Amino acid sequence: MTSAFDLAALVRSGEYSAVAAADTAFGSIKERDDEIHAFLHLTKRRAQAQAAAVDQAVADGKDPGPLAGVPIAIKDNMCTKGEPTTCSSKILEGWRPPYDATVVDRLEAAGAVIVGKTNLDEFAMGSSTENSAFGPTRNPHDTSRVPGGSSGGSAAAVGADFVPLSLGSDTGGSIRQPAALCGVVGLKPSYGAVSRYGLIAFASSLDQIGPFAHNVTDAALCFDVISGHDPKDATSIPTPLTPTLPTLNDGVAGMRIGIIDELMGEGIDDDVIARTNQAAEALTAAGAIVERVSIPATIYGLAAYYLIAPAEASSNLARFDGVRYGQRVDGANVAAMNVATRSAGFGDEVKRRIMLGTYALSSGYYDAYYGKAQRVRTLIANEFATAYESFDLLMSPTSPSTAFELGAKSDPMALYMCDVCTIPSNLAGHPAMSVPFGVGDDGLPVGVQILAPMVEEARMFRAAKALEDAAKGMS
Amino acid sequence: MSELPDGWEMVIGLEVHVELATASKLFCGCANQFGDEPNTNICPTCLGLPGSLPVPNAQAVEFAMTLGRALNCSVEPSIFARKNYFYPDMPKDFQTTQYEEPTNVEGFVQLPDGRSIGVERAHIEEDTGKSTHLGGGGRIHDATATLVDYNRAGVPLVEIVSHPVMHDADTARAYVAELRDILLATGVSDARMEEGSMRVDANVSVRPVGNDELRTRCEVKNINSLRSLGRAINYEARRHVDLWTNGESPRQETRHWDEDGGRTTSGRSKEDADDYRYFACPDLPPLTPTAEDIAAIDAAMPGLPAARRSALAVAAGVEVAETTLTVERGLDALVIAAIEAGADATAAMKHADQNLSDGQGQLTAESFAALVAMEADGALSSTQVKTVLAELVANGGEPAAIAADMGFEAMDTSELDTLLDGIIADSPDEWARFVEGDRKVQGHFVGQIMKATQGKADGKVVNQLMTARAAQS
Repeated sequence: MTSAFDLAALVRSGEYSAVAAADTAFGSIKERDDEIHAFLHLTKRRAQAQAAAVDQAVADGKDPGPLAGVPIAIKDNMCTKGEPTTCSSKILEGWRPPYDATVVDRLEAAGAVIVGKTNLDEFAMGSSTENSAFGPTRNPHDTSRVPGGSSGGSAAAVGADFVPLSLGSDTGGSIRQPAALCGVVGLKPSYGAVSRYGLIAFASSLDQIGPFAHNVTDAALCFDVISGHDPKDATSIPTPLTPTLPTLNDGVAGMRIGIIDELMGEGIDDDVIARTNQAAEALTAAGAIVERVSIPATIYGLAAYYLIAPAEASSNLARFDGVRYGQRVDGANVAAMNVATRSAGFGDEVKRRIMLGTYALSSGYYDAYYGKAQRVRTLIANEFATAYESFDLLMSPTSPSTAFELGAKSDPMALYMCDVCTIPSNLAGHPAMSVPFGVGDDGLPVGVQILAPMVEEARMFRAAKALEDAAKGMS
Repeated sequence: MSELPDGWEMVIGLEVHVELATASKLFCGCANQFGDEPNTNICPTCLGLPGSLPVPNAQAVEFAMTLGRALNCSVEPSIFARKNYFYPDMPKDFQTTQYEEPTNVEGFVQLPDGRSIGVERAHIEEDTGKSTHLGGGGRIHDATATLVDYNRAGVPLVEIVSHPVMHDADTARAYVAELRDILLATGVSDARMEEGSMRVDANVSVRPVGNDELRTRCEVKNINSLRSLGRAINYEARRHVDLWTNGESPRQETRHWDEDGGRTTSGRSKEDADDYRYFACPDLPPLTPTAEDIAAIDAAMPGLPAARRSALAVAAGVEVAETTLTVERGLDALVIAAIEAGADATAAMKHADQNLSDGQGQLTAESFAALVAMEADGALSSTQVKTVLAELVANGGEPAAIAADMGFEAMDTSELDTLLDGIIADSPDEWARFVEGDRKVQGHFVGQIMKATQGKADGKVVNQLMTARAAQS
């Protein structure tokens, strides 16, 4: 499939039209999405209007922007004005936001064409996209397998070649893990690099929006478009960010890269560890100095995460009460209506996490659970800071395994373990990304994770590009 | 003083919610305006729509810190917290407030009588919308329908929490009155209790005199005036004494003041109160004012009532307690300037208290001083002074010219003597009684002279003439 970078160049030069690109995307979706179920809703009318506007701009001699005519899919937890935005939950069925998320504004201002909204685990809670009220998404490499999650729809939409780019959100690995399982590039930016305005919150202190792409260059291109300060998000980084695209090919010569010891042993499949070691060798061959490093607190990340994220979710999801929007189930009084609406509207995993979080914040338990989890979070950030005194970047596997069968992990704890490698970056707020690197013993894609200090995306992208180049050389 | 039986003492702490007079709401750009059509000042953020985010209003934060400094608080680095509970007029089903680290901590309010009332904290929070419950008893649990107006949702509030250090209703009233004056002086709120821009909840308990314990308290809400505040506190404290005296004890609960019934009624029990699950709001970074920020707030601080009372007391040579009314009316600067321009302090204070209840209007310190001087010289009668003063307030001008225009000229005393001769001759009996010391007949003579002079005579001068003559006869 043509890369976003090349497609935008063709559209800007007038050699190819945005309308044709959108038609191609809708054609391939029609052909195969019954099987994959990446999309919940297609935004055809909006896409056609935008594509026509881009083509008109080109005809008028204007520059429609760096993503001119590039079809893009948006995870259905980001607000699109007048278009359904469900979070894959019955409770939001029928709701159409009166406003666009900042990322949606920025994509369209850069010429991108939004083709539809993608499936996810309900309210982004899950690692397989099986927890959707509207049915699971399937892995395009093997439809008996999950695409990962929670941004499984967006990962599959790129993996299935429906679109060259999509957006996901990553709270504990929800971009990187499905990227690994679907064999695409996935980026979780630094906390605050991309505006969360219009992203329906799961865990506000952890959530970040980021791109999926076929290749590192397209991911960099998209990140440069959607990132940057937004006055509508008080947690948005106010200082300018370094663009990632210009230094993409600067290589890794002399870079010090640490492989995280704690993520290279128990709980990680052997074939995944083998690929990660090969990736380290490839980076060494490219001139990097790769060594092992211990970050002991990473093993507590999962436990801390499953207190902090549900705690914030229990508060963020309180507003779905049937009063103002979405589904309402009547009751004898307001309180009974709230209970009936939430009982009918939320799925089991969402209810489970609301209960976990409510408990963790309760008076008398706060210090033992939420308070302690926040201290672990500080500890992880401190240990990362120490590691970055000796290393420019860190690396690890992205997911403990390749894509697993639908229904294989019915125990919630088994699913929670999928995010063991990705969660520490969310807790620290640091950027991290998954780059495809070969396949596992089952022939399914393996992803390698590269981690960087705060706002060092440009440095991270250089290593990702080097790894991508090495992977191409292997095949 | 306390209206409790001997041996009992009230313990009162007040929680005062104040709406800040900002142009827009606390976390979005919607207008902060009272009385508009329902649900017209709303947006995704103040409606709590999915995906919306709060951004702090810099003016609200500055107003809150200004208020903190006016309450002699320390302005600290602070964090916003979420207070989680379900209520239909609260769009996000949590209230963004401050919990463990409020913006303003440990200050005091100085009352006109010199006492200080300790303020524990003054924190920033957002207001809720307004519910109207239809059917049933007008309360949420038995309503057939509830209408919600979200115009008020997200309006910035500061909650001022006093220490439980007040022991009678009058002190509580004086504290709230002083708070109101501080709010008006700083301009951070219009502080209208009736419109709800200033809302007072009273925490009331009682204890035996001489005991330091804090017994079970009740929080009394729905107090809409200073008068109600006093009545509600006295009622509630008396109720507690009666319970303790009967061997019972009050339940910790919220109670509603019933203005018509003159009593408090039971509301929600605190025993089964919600667990609010406070935690730091992850959408809002901490507020971290610098020393320079606080210095700038202090530098811009307008004169506050306590300092203004002291200044006026010094300038006018009176006790601080005598300056309350003048400062409350905002006339202290006028009076001080008039005194500096040569006016007699006592006369200027007297006019401020008695004749300027609607404020100074167009009256300037210079014309005020000139008028007071004309009165002292006897150039104008006190009735004439009042008339000229009213004209100066209404339209401004120069007092001598106004007096001349109105035909107010001082009467020659020889003219008055002649008139008095005639009146004494006409009413010898009354004069005899006056000479014997019956002052009740004085009005007869003054009245006759005023009639003859069409009010131009100075009553004081007439009195002096009569007294002098009576002494001679």
